[in-house]
Amino acid sequence: MSKAEKTLLNVPKIQADFPILHRKIRGKRLVYLDSAATSQKPRQVIDATTDFYMRYNANVHRAIYELGEEATREYEGAREKVAAFIHARSPNQVIFTKSTTEALNLVAYGYGLKGPIQAGDEIVGTVMEHHSNHVPWHFVRDHKGAVLKYVDIDDEGNLRMEQYDELITKRTKIVTVSMCSNVLGTINPIKEIAKRAHEAGAVCVVDAAQAAPHLPIDVQSLGADFLAFSGHKMLGPTGIGVLYGETEALEATEPLLGGGEMIREVHLGRASWNDIPYRFEGGTPNIAGAIGLGVAVDYLTDLKMEAVRAHEMEVTRYALDEIHRIPGVRTYGPEDVKQKAGVLAFTIDGVHPHDIASILDVEGICVRSGHHCAQPLMERYDLPATARASFYVYNDSDDVDVLMAGIRKVQEVFA
Amino acid sequence: MSASSDLYQEQILDHYKHPRNKGPLPGASLQARDSNPLCGDEVTLRMKVEGSHLISEVRFEGRGCAISQASASMLTTIVKGKAVRDAEALDRDAILKALGIPLSAARLKCALLPLNVLKLALGNKTDVGV
Ligand SMILES: Cc1ncc(COP(=O)(O)O)c(C=O)c1O
Repeated sequence: MSKAEKTLLNVPKIQADFPILHRKIRGKRLVYLDSAATSQKPRQVIDATTDFYMRYNANVHRAIYELGEEATREYEGAREKVAAFIHARSPNQVIFTKSTTEALNLVAYGYGLKGPIQAGDEIVGTVMEHHSNHVPWHFVRDHKGAVLKYVDIDDEGNLRMEQYDELITKRTKIVTVSMCSNVLGTINPIKEIAKRAHEAGAVCVVDAAQAAPHLPIDVQSLGADFLAFSGHKMLGPTGIGVLYGETEALEATEPLLGGGEMIREVHLGRASWNDIPYRFEGGTPNIAGAIGLGVAVDYLTDLKMEAVRAHEMEVTRYALDEIHRIPGVRTYGPEDVKQKAGVLAFTIDGVHPHDIASILDVEGICVRSGHHCAQPLMERYDLPATARASFYVYNDSDDVDVLMAGIRKVQEVFA
Repeated sequence: MSASSDLYQEQILDHYKHPRNKGPLPGASLQARDSNPLCGDEVTLRMKVEGSHLISEVRFEGRGCAISQASASMLTTIVKGKAVRDAEALDRDAILKALGIPLSAARLKCALLPLNVLKLALGNKTDVGV
């Protein structure tokens, strides 16, 4: 089969749900291939956030009146939907944050800086992490004297798992890893990594920003102690993210934000904290965002995450096959789509990635170029930048064909 | 012609593929380097100044996108043989006019990087950490 014909998703029907996909760019059909940066939003999500503001806008948890009851019910309903989506045991393990970045910083602050981490304790990361899973741990090293270690990758972009044997020691307290790389698309064996972390008495922190939108997630079977992701990459609004936590790990975590909502009692000079998860949600939360995320989760659940994954595997397989037919184009990351999510980093010989993105932009194609907030990974490959196309539920083989024609055009311009 | 040729006009591609005044310049009296962290574009500019008035020699080294590198190449042809005072007076409009293409905000940074390096070099007669 040369084309991704037999998909499990009804892509035209899905596309019809996304108003922005009907926009033209300089007279051309918009071909959106940057969902790894942020996904587009279906009408259902846009309507749900509007509906909140139009019909029942009120603050949550404090109002006696009907509007407040409705807002609280929908906000907490979203928490339940997210918990079910990732198979958490309880909605109380789901904390709303503003993003993956905030969720990871909450862990680094609350469990690292203010939590049980001592000088000399070790934190094991990887070279493929996004900056948001690097920099918060630098803070912990700088302020707590923790030691940072990194697992390397092989040339195909897979973690060198055997290095965990050496890097994890009795002093290891945190093992942190992305479930899926935003550049290489590599899907990491979280279950195995979490097991090794636990054997050493460490917690496993998972950056699932690129995983939650694309793969079925079961936090219990993964064994993750903390798991972070962003709503805006999974059809939801910007400004809403999630931190899932194992109850025991959350109990050991100090809150990042002090203020309303997170307290039980406040007296001059002292306060006692509210229960988990409210303890970690100081201040008025992003109510509309959470409600929108709940609807995005409904949308993905209706499609079935297994079907989403199967569809993206087909599109990615087709894209890899097609791009390899073009001489002078290099790709990065695993070739086996069982190991790879729908992320395709590539370079064209003799052309800077920014020039690739500029020329594709003229063709109505949105791809990203740069270091993708993963400079240590780019250094590992000794690359200043790459172009990156990424796929989601609304992309199909037609989009891949347009991309390939665009890549050939780039080569013509620079011939 | 398609719209991609608006941005990548013949003369831009020509300067990118056949850069003028590219390479090291031993004995340079002025030099500076800067980079554009977002893209990884980088440009180093070196000049020889005669009697502290005339820019007699100028060379650049760098790597990055076509816009930044073509802009650097063009800039060297503009400042070579110019009085320092005239080089100091060069502004972004002069560069954009030389490039002669419409640029988005993101690409403007690439286009103006070489000019920033020139300003750095003229402002710092000593080494600026190249
Ligand atoms: C792997 C990974 N981690 C973390 C993030 C940060 O997400 P956000 O910017 O939504 O906080 C991203 C987003 O690009 C990502 O791809």
